[in-house]
Amino acid sequence: MPGIETYEYDVLVVGAGGAGLRAAIEASNAGVKVGVVCKSLLGKAHTVMAEGGMAAAMANVDERDNWRVHFADTMRGGQYLNNWRMAELHAKEAPSRVKEMEAWGALFDRTPDGRILQRNFGGHRYPRLAHVGDRTGLELIRTLQDHGIHLGMDVHMEHTVVELLMDGERVAGAFAYDRELGRFKAFRAKAVVLATGGIGRSFRVTSNSWEYTGDGHSLAYRAGAVLKDMEFVQFHPTGMVWPHSVAGILVTEGVRGEGGILKNAEGRRFMFDDIPDLYKHQTADNADEGWRYVRGDRQARRPPELLTRDHVARCINREIKAGRGSEHGGVYLDIAWIKEKLPNAEEHIKRKLPSMYHQFEKLAGIDITKEPMEVGPTTHYVMGGVEVDGDSQMSSVPGLFAAGECASGLHGANRLGGNSLSDLLVFGKRAGEHAAAFAREHGAVSLDADAVARVERMTLEPLERNGKGENPYAIQHELQEMMQSHVGIVRHHGEMEDALEGIAHLRERAIHAAPPGNREYNPGWHTALDLRNLLTISEAITRSALSREESRGAHAREDFPEKSAELGKINTAIRRGPDGEMLLEKHAVKPIREDLQAIIDEQQQA
Amino acid sequence: MPDATFRIWRGDASGGALQEYPTFYENGMVVLDVIHKIQAEQAQDLACRWNCKAGKCGSCSAEINGKPKLMCMTRMSDLDVSQPVTVQPMQTFPLLRDLVTNVEWNYRVKQEIKKLEPRKPDAPDGTWRMQQADVERAQEFRKCIECYLCQDVCHVLREHHKHNEFAGPRFLIHIAQLEMNPLDVADRVPDLKDRHGLGYCNITKCCTKVCPEEITITDNAIIPLKERVVDRFYDPLKKLFGG
Repeated sequence: MPGIETYEYDVLVVGAGGAGLRAAIEASNAGVKVGVVCKSLLGKAHTVMAEGGMAAAMANVDERDNWRVHFADTMRGGQYLNNWRMAELHAKEAPSRVKEMEAWGALFDRTPDGRILQRNFGGHRYPRLAHVGDRTGLELIRTLQDHGIHLGMDVHMEHTVVELLMDGERVAGAFAYDRELGRFKAFRAKAVVLATGGIGRSFRVTSNSWEYTGDGHSLAYRAGAVLKDMEFVQFHPTGMVWPHSVAGILVTEGVRGEGGILKNAEGRRFMFDDIPDLYKHQTADNADEGWRYVRGDRQARRPPELLTRDHVARCINREIKAGRGSEHGGVYLDIAWIKEKLPNAEEHIKRKLPSMYHQFEKLAGIDITKEPMEVGPTTHYVMGGVEVDGDSQMSSVPGLFAAGECASGLHGANRLGGNSLSDLLVFGKRAGEHAAAFAREHGAVSLDADAVARVERMTLEPLERNGKGENPYAIQHELQEMMQSHVGIVRHHGEMEDALEGIAHLRERAIHAAPPGNREYNPGWHTALDLRNLLTISEAITRSALSREESRGAHAREDFPEKSAELGKINTAIRRGPDGEMLLEKHAVKPIREDLQAIIDEQQQA
Repeated sequence: MPDATFRIWRGDASGGALQEYPTFYENGMVVLDVIHKIQAEQAQDLACRWNCKAGKCGSCSAEINGKPKLMCMTRMSDLDVSQPVTVQPMQTFPLLRDLVTNVEWNYRVKQEIKKLEPRKPDAPDGTWRMQQADVERAQEFRKCIECYLCQDVCHVLREHHKHNEFAGPRFLIHIAQLEMNPLDVADRVPDLKDRHGLGYCNITKCCTKVCPEEITITDNAIIPLKERVVDRFYDPLKKLFGG
């Protein structure tokens, strides 16, 4: 393959956020040769944005907690569409994954007796999130990075994978370009772990960076894997809304965990007005009880601000649409009020929520210890993703694994806050372990030179138009606007049909994307190449959302506002048809193991 | 919408120049927003790094009107827009293109630092006990987002190019957090003196001034490390009495 550098690995990991790094560490520990490819510099992945913490039933703060409660909380949060095996493994293994981080250098906040401190979060019955102030994701990624670099893995920073390479039915590696000079690289690998994160760049208001264009989802889809439950996109209830240019930046759920309350323009604490039946017996019905809960009173029930993210986001959306929103089109999130309750409130807020204090001070000129924040929903996370085996994380394509956000299963219809960081560690480890085993048990693969040449030509096409054609940024912006308005937080049949037409139209235009410049560090070119994946996942999300004619978890339909018992037993599955068309199937949820059902029943009574 | 003129460095290692881009911006915008606007409308191939746009990933470091800053945390309202706003790449690292520099050297330096070596677990379940007050010292340095602005501004690197002998403030605080981790039993003091060139730092505190995370780099990390080296290698009493 002339002009293309070739590298060989047993395990190739695509993505270097929490899941990718954890997978790479595990595979390296297994003694196989590991390569990591990441779109940005090492340590910059979206994991750094995770603030609140990682959920693990360590029972350091409340001894009533255990894996069974965590399992039941996760299933209930996911409205029982979860892969129950993953929910089980996650609840059982998260404590060990958190604890080993300490041996690698993580320094979590402590309990008075010196153990790892845990905080309250939405949908978690007991204080369960190990954390470092409100910068837990940074702690996690830095710990994995600093541990991983000593294990002998090769890291290819600022490289983007354009296509997976196949050897028959089996994955055989990947084709990538480097940002610096636009050189092409072929990676031959016996096993590939996708850990590319999310799809946030399909929407205008998002907490995600430029990287989150659904690469892993699309690569797997084109390689023949199934994308499951793509309609479930989590809109985090609290993103910044002002200044306009920073709209979407995350405001941690930890603010509410520390006692922050949501109010509308009339000063009403509207979350008390709508508490779902499933949670009624565990939710406070007055402000005083909610505050006592936040302060650790074990007899008190949780404040309604700590209901699951899907519900809180919809309540906020309702207030804004009803004209009771804040000045800049959000609602108020007030942590400053706790000064009525705590003598040292200002210092307490700065210590518990330092990044939030900093973020609002620097970006909005607001002192959160004195004034309320303005917040509104922001595209945050996709529950759907590559369908994988719960134990091994392997997809239906032999040798192709997926972990973290780009995989599906653990979170069902809605993810609980704090379950993402633990997901990355638990299933990153499993993917790394099983990918290494797969590489050991299977022979060498060969790369198809013709396929490589095809991808190479396709990758160069935008530049060969010499700037005569469409502006790739404009196409991206139009797609984001359309997904935001047509396939956003509340959805309707007609709008989604329009979105499908819009996507088809934008796909035609994307074929003519023509960035100026050359191959060297050219973001216009990269944006043009990313469009292909963005359009694929936007279509997958829209088709899945159209097919689910009910409202459940993060998926809300204006035309089908109720839950359907029948659809509660169905997972949506997207795969590529023989002629490249997108096929949608409805798969019955696998019947749950009896002992796990018994845990769910027992916890519902509790 | 108010307007401003941006003067942005365009070019690569072989040469380049500041180019002017007149533009509009909205109230509340940060410099990175304006860079993106110029990129989308006027200069699609303008190279710049960014990720989180919230001051947490440390990707968008640049020199704005000569001052090392994160573009995502510099508000337009804090700049004098009656004059052109100049945006240049960090000067201490080799230029790749436009606002992007080659920062790989930093990754190599980190690789050379001994990693954490934890003591035996305190409890039978393999866990440790640490007090909040003890972890807080190291937690301050673990706030670092690796933007490398401290490296950019450090004269040992910027003016004297001692990249081969001096780890720079970023990695001195990295060593400090390892040394101050209550679990750690490794000894990095000889390396600090020889390999990492701690003696080159003459405490001008420029690094502390530019740190977007407001880490007290010099006082809380570098000076305590210098004390450890002095105690070990330059204690006059030890020298006299062969201690």
